[in-house]
Parts: sequence; C-alpha cells; structure tokens
Amino acid sequence: MKLHEFQSKGILAHYGISVPNGVVVTEPQEAWVVAKQLGAPVILKAQVHAGGRGEAGGVKIAKSAEEAESIAKKMIGMKLVTKQTGAGGKIVKKLLVEKTANIEKEFYISISIDRKSGRPMFLASSEGGMSIEEVSETNPDAIFMRTIDPTIGIMPSQAREIAYRLGLSKQVKQTSKLIIGIYKAFIDNDASMVELNPFILTKEGDILALDAKINIDDSAMFRHKDIAKLRDVTEETETEIKSSFYGLSFVQLEGNIGCMVNGAGLAMATMDLIKISGGEPANFLDIGGGAGKEKVGHAFSLILQDENIKAILINIFGGITRCDEVANGIISAAKELELTLPMAVRLKGANFEEGSKILKESGLKFEVYSSLNDAAAAAVKMANA
Amino acid sequence: MSILVNKNTKVVIQGMTGKEGTIHATGCIDYGTNVVAGVTPGKGGTTHLGVPVFNTVMEAVEKTGANCSLIFVPPPFAADAIVEAADANLKLIVCITEGIPVRDMVMAKRFIEGKGITLIGPNCPGILSAGECKIGIMPGNIFKKGKAGVISRSGTLVYEIVDQLTHEGVGETTCAGLGGDPVIGTKYNFWLEQFQNDPDTEAIVMVGEIGGDDEVVAADYIKKHVTKPVVAFIAGRTAPEGKRMGHAGAIITGKKGTAMYKMNALREAGATVVENPALIGKAVRNLLSN
Repeated sequence: MKLHEFQSKGILAHYGISVPNGVVVTEPQEAWVVAKQLGAPVILKAQVHAGGRGEAGGVKIAKSAEEAESIAKKMIGMKLVTKQTGAGGKIVKKLLVEKTANIEKEFYISISIDRKSGRPMFLASSEGGMSIEEVSETNPDAIFMRTIDPTIGIMPSQAREIAYRLGLSKQVKQTSKLIIGIYKAFIDNDASMVELNPFILTKEGDILALDAKINIDDSAMFRHKDIAKLRDVTEETETEIKSSFYGLSFVQLEGNIGCMVNGAGLAMATMDLIKISGGEPANFLDIGGGAGKEKVGHAFSLILQDENIKAILINIFGGITRCDEVANGIISAAKELELTLPMAVRLKGANFEEGSKILKESGLKFEVYSSLNDAAAAAVKMANA
Repeated sequence: MSILVNKNTKVVIQGMTGKEGTIHATGCIDYGTNVVAGVTPGKGGTTHLGVPVFNTVMEAVEKTGANCSLIFVPPPFAADAIVEAADANLKLIVCITEGIPVRDMVMAKRFIEGKGITLIGPNCPGILSAGECKIGIMPGNIFKKGKAGVISRSGTLVYEIVDQLTHEGVGETTCAGLGGDPVIGTKYNFWLEQFQNDPDTEAIVMVGEIGGDDEVVAADYIKKHVTKPVVAFIAGRTAPEGKRMGHAGAIITGKKGTAMYKMNALREAGATVVENPALIGKAVRNLLSN
C-alpha cells in the first residue's frame, strides 16, 4: 500500500525525524490560512501517489498567502500528468502546504529489502533530488549501500558510517538520528520501502526530511489497522481496487488479444507466445488459484474494458485449480456477459478432458485446444480475421 | 536417483489439518510420499488422514523420526512455523504458504542462516522427485521418471514445462520451485550444483522470469561450474518496464532485470535459451538425442 507524502512524514515525525512544518489542505482558502500561520514563503505540493511531481507542475512556491491561495485554486482539481502516472494522470485533491527550507545540499536515502541477502538495505547518495535510477546510471559510485542484520537491528556505528560517507561529518549526530529513525519506522510499520529524496542540510546546519515516501507491505496489513485507515482509495483505479479484491493480478497492455491465465509465470509466457505467433497481447492477467463464476466473470470484465479486444486466449494449467471448475466458471460468466468475441481456450492438467467437454457442449463460441502453440496461433488468427 | 528427497524421506506436515493442508497432504500421500506426522497445536494425539498429529514439531520428530517439514500454515504464522521446524533440527524445510509478511521472512531466513538448513520457498509449489515422492502441491500425474532436472521461479509455468518433458519422453529426475516472494530460501545456484552432481540428471531445465538478477547470477555459475546441458526459458519478454507482473519479484527495474539481458547472459554461459515456451520440451529432447 502506498502512503501519501504527508502521511509518510507524519509517521517519520513520530520516530523523531525532523520534517518541515506543514498542513494538508483541500480548499484554496485553507492554503491562505496555513500560509499566514506558517509565514510566507510556503511551498505547495500536490498529494498524489506518483513521483515526478515537480517537473509536472505539482510543486509550487508561493511568496505570499494570497499567492498560495491562487496557486491552490489552480492546483486543486487539476490533472497532474507525471512520468509515473501514465497519460491518464491523477486528479489533485489534496495539497501539502509547508514552510520553505533554505537548502544547502540535497541527499538521497532509502531502505528496502535486498533480495540477494534477504536483509534490510540502505541506499544513500550525496546526489539527492534526482531519481536513484538516474544516479545509478550516471554516477554509480555516488551510491552507497549498507545491509543491516535484522536480529540486532541498526547499530550507531553503522548509522555514523552512512553519515560520514555522505560527507555530513559536522552533522553526524543529527544524520544518525535520522537514519536510525528511518530504520525503526521501516521495521515497526512493515514497510516495503522508506525513501527520503531529498533529505537536506539546511543553510542553518540542520538535517530535514524534505520529501518522504513510504510503501507498506500488503501482506502485513492485517497487523496494521491504524495504517489501513490511511488508505486513499481515490488514488486507485477501479481496476486496481476490484483486482485486489478478487485476488487477480491485471496489467493493461496495448495489443488486441485478451489473455486469461492461471499463474504469473505462465501468464507472462503466454503473452510471449502470442507475440512469437505474430499477435499482440492486450493484457497480463493472472487469475491465481481457484476460479469460480464470480472471479472469472470479473476477469472477463477487466479484459473487456479495452474496446480494441478482438479475441481472447484462455490458458489454464490445472493443478490445484481444476479445469472443469474453470470451464463452468467461463461458461456462466460468458453467458451472463453475453460474450460474442471469439475465444481460444487451452486446458491442460487436472480434469482437462471434462473441462474441454463442458466447453465444447456449451454452444458458445469456443475453440478448445490442448496444445499451447495451437491455441496461441488460433487466437492470433481470430484477432486478425 | 533423485536429489534431496526420495521414497525414504520422512515428512512432517505443519498445518496438515487445515483445508489446504488436508487437500495437499492427501495428494502427497497418494503420490507415495512417506508422510509420518502432522503438526497442529491443540490437536496433538489425534489422527488425520491416517497419520498421527502432534502439538509440536519437536515431538513429531522425536516420535516419528521425521527429517523434512512441509508447511501449509497460514501467512501470519508461517514464519514461526519455519523457525519451529529449524528448532526441531530439521534440515529440509519446504514452505508453500503464499503471502507471508516480508519482515517475517527476513527474520526467519536470518534465523536459519548458518544452521545447514535448506529452505525451499515460501510461495512455491515445493519439490517432487519423479516416481519417488512429492513434497508440495505439484500435480503428480504430469511427471515421469526420466532425465531432466527442473528448477523454476513460477508454479503453473513449470507444470507446463514438465508436461512437455514427459510428453517428449525425456521425463524428470527432480523438479523444484524457488518461490515468487522477495525473500526466499534456495536460489538457482543451489539447484544447479545439485543437478550437476546427480548422476541421473542428464540435462537441466531452468525457468526464469523478469525482475531481480538471480538468473544473471545463475548464468555466471553455469559458466564456471556446470558441464551438463542447460536449457533456459525466461518469461516476460513482452512485459513493459516498471509494471509488476503478478509476482512480487516480476518487475523490471534496471537493465539486469530484463528478459533480454538474462537471455543473453545465459546464452553467453553456454545455455540453450528457448524463446518459445511451447517448444522447451522439444529443445531438451533434441539436445539429449544429439
């Protein structure tokens, strides 16, 4: 689950990390009030779940409370298109209004799980403000990595080491406090990532978290009822909300052959095969284990959102999921949705004979195959017909 | 022969009396696996599927001599189950559970470090030695004792490939799933070494996907240590960058995570990289008949 910047800063502040004074507003007049209270100049930051806000016009400085109000008027309700939102953009509903800071230097720090060691790992860089991916391409030596043994947690010496590496030798104490705070926030809240880009050294010599992003591990949400309340459903698309509810995994692509597959690896392989057979997959869709009528019905409706769909390829390898179950799910969903698109269905594994029989006798427009190659070729032919 | 597990492996199933546990314990027993005990706290002293159930893994090991654990415990308690199995001195732990909090796995993985324990998974289909035993959830009927050792990051895709190998008359020695989570036990290199040393494995089939760089690390290992033929497939050539494709790991970040980079690394290491997922079985058969 993604948290907003203001929510992330709220959590970090709780761990003793200095963040700029600020208030979240949803109305332009509130921006005026907050600017008056904090004292201009202030910075107004669009609260959307996407990076690249600055370049897209989602971050603006106001020199007076009046200017803050007029900027807020323009920003609230605007569609913000950043490099991470896609062409659809995101509607800005909330602004974080903060006291501006006097920046001496910007730094980058994040913590996430290193897959190689299976331990928490800090990434830090003296090149803050830029995306870490960009720095890793242009100046990889500027990035410092440090894994932490989870049994003992972060030790002061390790935090100091990072501070010195970043060249913050005069602010070692403050920087260590920040780093230890980040680690604790990461562990306590089951975060999958905490990222400060940038945190800054101010002209006054203080260390301040200027921007913050926290993502929480979805698998651990059951033990964070407080964080669950921070979920902003309006940031998620209907597709994302419903897919997560039904336990489906869906990604829209640009082709015209809809895909429905059980298993993520097999779903990707099926997309690859469509391409090899001369077609273009319209989506990635893993229906996971089990496939009742409601789930398959929802899977169909996800695929059919795209008007360019010309054919559907269903590839099910039965194991835990039985093919006859899936076949029944497909038929009842297809009847309910009055599906008229041509469908190539490939069933293999547990109860595939029964499943194939059910589909063939349904009177619907299925072509049933047991070979994956044949099914993909048929779907491509249908899409091009 | 087969690697790691065979007919004589004595399996204790943690979470056997639950719904999932019951279904898959039945599947394992039907395949011929020597399931000697189940563990469910509070149900000790009962019998389930004809197998004695104990309150703790320690007791199960003491009374039955179990030497391998299979875990179907629900996600909030699964990491604890791994630790319990490790405490009972079991050296092979297979964890099927999907959706374990990552922090729990970080701790469990750290706990078993240096204890000589092999952890398979979590979020994996387990391990199956053809004609010997099944410790997990793979559909047993698609396997046939044969020549290929199979290792994969994903579940149903590996069933697809095993089915092809059986259909082509190649058959399998042992097949194992690594698991789709960010923090897992065994990775490719462990299995490459096992298969390289197994006299019955004549070819190794490695199934990878986009994201992470485990396949690149494996390519390096193959180059240095593997003399047997390796056939590799990497799923997700058509996946766009930056989008997560189902598995937590399947997101392309950085160039080493792309299918192309991995395929090239494997080719350079001497592996046969197959691009069409429907032709993997044929490729292995051709390689072995030459």
